[in-house]
Amino acid sequence: MTNVQPLEPLTILIAEDSAADRMLLSSIVRRQGHEVLTAANGAEAVEAFRLQRPQLVLMDAMMPVMDGFEAARQIKALAGETLVPIIFLTSLTESEALARCLEAGGDDFLAKPYNQVILAAKIKAMDRLRRLQATVLEQRDQIARHHDYLLNEQRVAKAVFDKVAHSGCLNAPNIRYLQSPYALFNGDLLLAAFTPAGDMHVLLGDFTGHGLPAAVGAMPLAEVFYGMTAKGYGLSETLREMNAKLKRILPVDMFCCATLLCLSFQRRSVEVWNGGMPDGYLHSIASGERTPLTARHLPLGVLSPQTFDDRTEVFPMAVGDRVFLLSDGVIDTCDANEQLFGVERLQRVFAANRRPDQLFEEIEQALRDFRGEARDDVSMVEVSLLEAAQLSPPALVYSDSGQSCPLDWSVSFEFRAATLKRFNPLPYLLQLLLEVHGLRAQSGALYSVLAELYSNALEHGVLGLDSSLKRDASGFARYYQQRNARLDELQDGYVRVHLQVAPKGEGGCLTIRVEDSGKGFDVDRVMARPLDGARLSGRGVSLIRQLSRNANWSDDGRSARVEFFWEALA
Amino acid sequence: MSVVTEVSPDGQKLTISIRGRFDFAKHQEFRESYEDKELSAVVVDLKDATYLDSSALGMLLLLRDHAGGDDSDIRVVNSSSDVKKILAISNFDKLFDIS
Repeated sequence: MTNVQPLEPLTILIAEDSAADRMLLSSIVRRQGHEVLTAANGAEAVEAFRLQRPQLVLMDAMMPVMDGFEAARQIKALAGETLVPIIFLTSLTESEALARCLEAGGDDFLAKPYNQVILAAKIKAMDRLRRLQATVLEQRDQIARHHDYLLNEQRVAKAVFDKVAHSGCLNAPNIRYLQSPYALFNGDLLLAAFTPAGDMHVLLGDFTGHGLPAAVGAMPLAEVFYGMTAKGYGLSETLREMNAKLKRILPVDMFCCATLLCLSFQRRSVEVWNGGMPDGYLHSIASGERTPLTARHLPLGVLSPQTFDDRTEVFPMAVGDRVFLLSDGVIDTCDANEQLFGVERLQRVFAANRRPDQLFEEIEQALRDFRGEARDDVSMVEVSLLEAAQLSPPALVYSDSGQSCPLDWSVSFEFRAATLKRFNPLPYLLQLLLEVHGLRAQSGALYSVLAELYSNALEHGVLGLDSSLKRDASGFARYYQQRNARLDELQDGYVRVHLQVAPKGEGGCLTIRVEDSGKGFDVDRVMARPLDGARLSGRGVSLIRQLSRNANWSDDGRSARVEFFWEALA
Repeated sequence: MSVVTEVSPDGQKLTISIRGRFDFAKHQEFRESYEDKELSAVVVDLKDATYLDSSALGMLLLLRDHAGGDDSDIRVVNSSSDVKKILAISNFDKLFDIS
């Protein structure tokens, strides 16, 4: 023997009408270590293939009943994607006939009379090819299975992500949003919820990366957002908590760009924090002006809790004004030459916009015109300021029975400078008060009044800020800059909160007193103002007088006192 | 090579140059460019970078982490105006010296 035995013996079909040739060939192939099947014509060859699936075929071209060309075609069809190499045995020499062998599906040919060495080499080469094809098919199927598996995982993750990421009060009448439906999920996150005071918190976020990693980060973020908003925490505390949580759980290269809004329908203002998102816009309907809400911060999850900056900006709003936020999918859309859509093109769409309700569609159209196709991560949201009465925050649900409700107690707190800098006591105070069942029906008013009393005591009292600064929009911004600066520098001062709950007939009465260490104010002059809501300044006092009972100020305005009553519970 | 590294003669400064789109496709190459090195000063040269996406920002954060986090000395130089805009929106100038 001159040739090496193949590693794995093959089953080889020999189709040859000459019995002598068939026997000769069979014995050569057997001696090379393979199993042999034989057929005397094309039809027998096809039948043998059908029944026994040999791995390789040696096929005589000229045979009775069915020739080798037809048999080759049928065997190739039966074999499907599996490569069954067919080597034609032929005494034909004209190139046209040899070409016909290959056209019929033959992989090679061997001229008669047979040369054993060449035959063995050809069988080996064909076996290599056959194995290669088998490997490719196997890997293709594996990839397909894997892909199906991944898609299914993503579908499940998307279902969860959608529930978490697009929930809350997104169906409120003042919110319009659009998220591109193309990607399975794209890491963009849109959350909205009411605070106990009836303000609205909105978050538009964009995680680095798509798919599962984004979904994993979205869960804790949404949890913090909804939990803290419902308890009455402000943007700063919520942001600090979200950042700390993401920093703790996300790998270094993952973070979440986000814009957070607090829309106050009663104060007619919007508080904004933007970390790494494109400029949002505050659209004043009266002036037509669009004030950019620029990213002033790093995204969430980058900085340590110690270095995180939770400072927000506050802007006045009129009824009908809109805040527009968008994801980087809009301005980072590239055209064929890698040019970005950019802010200037976006602003041209703004300028051309005539019907505000068509804005999203016009932006989408502009993106399509620019790129020729839509991107998968375009998110836009628009929130407008309505009259407070046009919105109905959902009623809070309580699970306790009310049997252990406290009805006769009082408590006093004194919050001093170091605490006032960073701590917001309102959620704790509210939770304490809502243990009293009779107060739950008015939790919104209660929270609003508490919040106003506290911020008046802190801002006008302790920090000595002048509310008349808030007369116009630029003064409004200056006011909040000063507030942040003075709070940073605060060394002493206090805000005291006294709560007293007492039974009264079948119901009860809550008295809230808030005192501060400030200079006080001219109570008579402030009280002489009409109770209107159109001015930007002094809205706190008129709000307090409208939402609570018997509001009065003493000690030159340093002490405020209000009451809430409730009747017997049904 | 779309990520090219060069160490200064005194061995103190590593320069990483990015060519073309700086996005997730460069992840491996970018990490390998600094992983096995003791870093004191790093310069990321974006002269030939056409685009930068959020995963590139993530890669810069990884580099910063590797180079000592808050104590790192990383300069991002030669960024085009588009790239600069993306870095500005993310406020990465608070973490990196960008020019």
